Amino acid sequence: MNLANDPIPLIREKALWMRRRAFKMVYDAQLGHPGGDFSAIDVISTLYFGVLRFDPKRPNMANRDRFIMSKGHATGALYTALAAAGYFPESWLDTYMQPNSKLNGHPNRMYLPGVETNTGPLGHGLPVALGIAIAGKITNADYRTFVLTGDGELQEGSNWEAAMTAGNRKLANLTLIIDRNRLQQGAGTEETNGLDPLDDKFRAFGWQVETVDGHDPAALLNALATKHAQNPLCIIAYTTKGKGVSFMENQANWHHGVPNAAQFAQAMEELV
Amino acid sequence: MTSHATQTAGLFDCRNAWAATLESLAADDPRIVAVVNDSVGSSKLGGFQKKFPDRLINVGIAEQTMVGVGAGLANGGCIPFVSAAACFLTGRALEQIKADIAYANFSVKLIGQSSGVAYGELGPTHHSIEDLAWLRPLTNLTIIVPSDPWETEAAIRWAAAHEGPVFIRISRMPVPELELPNRVFRAGKAELVREGQDLAIIACGTTVHLALAAAQSLASEGIQARVLNMATINPLDETAVLNAAQTGAIVTVEEASIRGGLGGAIAELTSSHTPVPIERVGFPGFVPTGSVDWLFDHFGLTPQGIAAAAHRALARKR
Repeated sequence: MNLANDPIPLIREKALWMRRRAFKMVYDAQLGHPGGDFSAIDVISTLYFGVLRFDPKRPNMANRDRFIMSKGHATGALYTALAAAGYFPESWLDTYMQPNSKLNGHPNRMYLPGVETNTGPLGHGLPVALGIAIAGKITNADYRTFVLTGDGELQEGSNWEAAMTAGNRKLANLTLIIDRNRLQQGAGTEETNGLDPLDDKFRAFGWQVETVDGHDPAALLNALATKHAQNPLCIIAYTTKGKGVSFMENQANWHHGVPNAAQFAQAMEELV
Repeated sequence: MTSHATQTAGLFDCRNAWAATLESLAADDPRIVAVVNDSVGSSKLGGFQKKFPDRLINVGIAEQTMVGVGAGLANGGCIPFVSAAACFLTGRALEQIKADIAYANFSVKLIGQSSGVAYGELGPTHHSIEDLAWLRPLTNLTIIVPSDPWETEAAIRWAAAHEGPVFIRISRMPVPELELPNRVFRAGKAELVREGQDLAIIACGTTVHLALAAAQSLASEGIQARVLNMATINPLDETAVLNAAQTGAIVTVEEASIRGGLGGAIAELTSSHTPVPIERVGFPGFVPTGSVDWLFDHFGLTPQGIAAAAHRALARKR
């Protein structure tokens, strides 16, 4: 890789900014899902600043790559990424969840440029991404479609309907990234309704599967560059819920926990 | 009073008009695609599949994904017609219709086939009498219930050209072609089928011709009933309904639950503006086993049943 074009420093810089900014949004609003924001931020930063083809000035450009945020509750991660990518002014982030804000608790494409579809109820992103990928085939477009799901979200049956269809149709223009932090809202995924062996499940559904450290941009870029000419690609990104803040890491109660003043100050000291 | 309408002797399955129209539209516009759930045959899309094999997406028996795929296809620049039995499309995939289509405002055309009680003896699992009540609160979703083949074709053509989400409810029940002069399909507008000032009968879909027959029967008793074809349930033609309320009595008729559908919409509106006696003809809830004809007869979706409802409404008229 040409060092001058090495995206990794930028990905790391943006991810740090996104964590700090997202936590401030959650602190100001006293609402949000910071645990899931922080597990997903490195994946999303890698996509926006190392992979996706997009033009924030032309959010509806026909041949843009699509990113679908299926875990729509992680708006701290998505909104900071879209602001960092230039889709809207950073000042809009100050309105997070305020009355009539464009920054609803779950994303709305009619409010914000860069949002591909409205998510929030789980298990919706993969079927929509599947439709986008099929449209790309029908129209001979060369865009790629990326969708990020949570792991607990995979307990929704709609994902497996879509996974079966994507595998059968050999949709090589579709990439699913699973934010595998092993925690859902109330407890661990495996003690709730176990998902393992997740890789074997997707292979059995006709997907090419890669596993990767979801906080390592170099490893993520490598996995995202995997050749998968005949199959959809599933990247299982091993992540830590609350990654980057000591008192949040691996704590299920930070799924939608919100910080007090002392916790916010400590997080800002740690996120440097 | 003038009577505009007569009926032909022939009866038609509106699915044929739907399928022929979609094939015609698809020949002219490569963006048009069909999405089905193993419902090629029941949606009469065999011809479409032969002509446009790459533009028919069969996701198998997977309604949630079927509707989500529709949203994705719209995102990717296609004009998707998602066609499946109305009961499964609206019941199984209701959250996808709400979040992915209506709330996300994707220009997807949802086609509910064999709606109402068309599946007769197969029973309430396969009936779709709840769909109108489920979908009406999705206010940006245009809901159209065509009455005959002509209106089916017109609604499909309108939907293809309209930028926004649409639900069209199609029946397999044989219906006559309403013969009205100079007919123009206008989404969101009631169609005057018969003028009358003593009361108004407001119907949709497979029941419009029955409402007209009821009105003709009432005329022989000296009662002049206005008949409106309220093909569009969302958005409701409020002017036509409030004008109908001026007659002092309303009968609503629909091949659907009497809770929350056309009758519900008219009751909501008139109660706020022009309270008026309303008799709602339809199904009260899960229906017993029986053929379509038996169910229509049993629950008064007949000229006689509608005329009887008219008498009840007139008796309550102040």
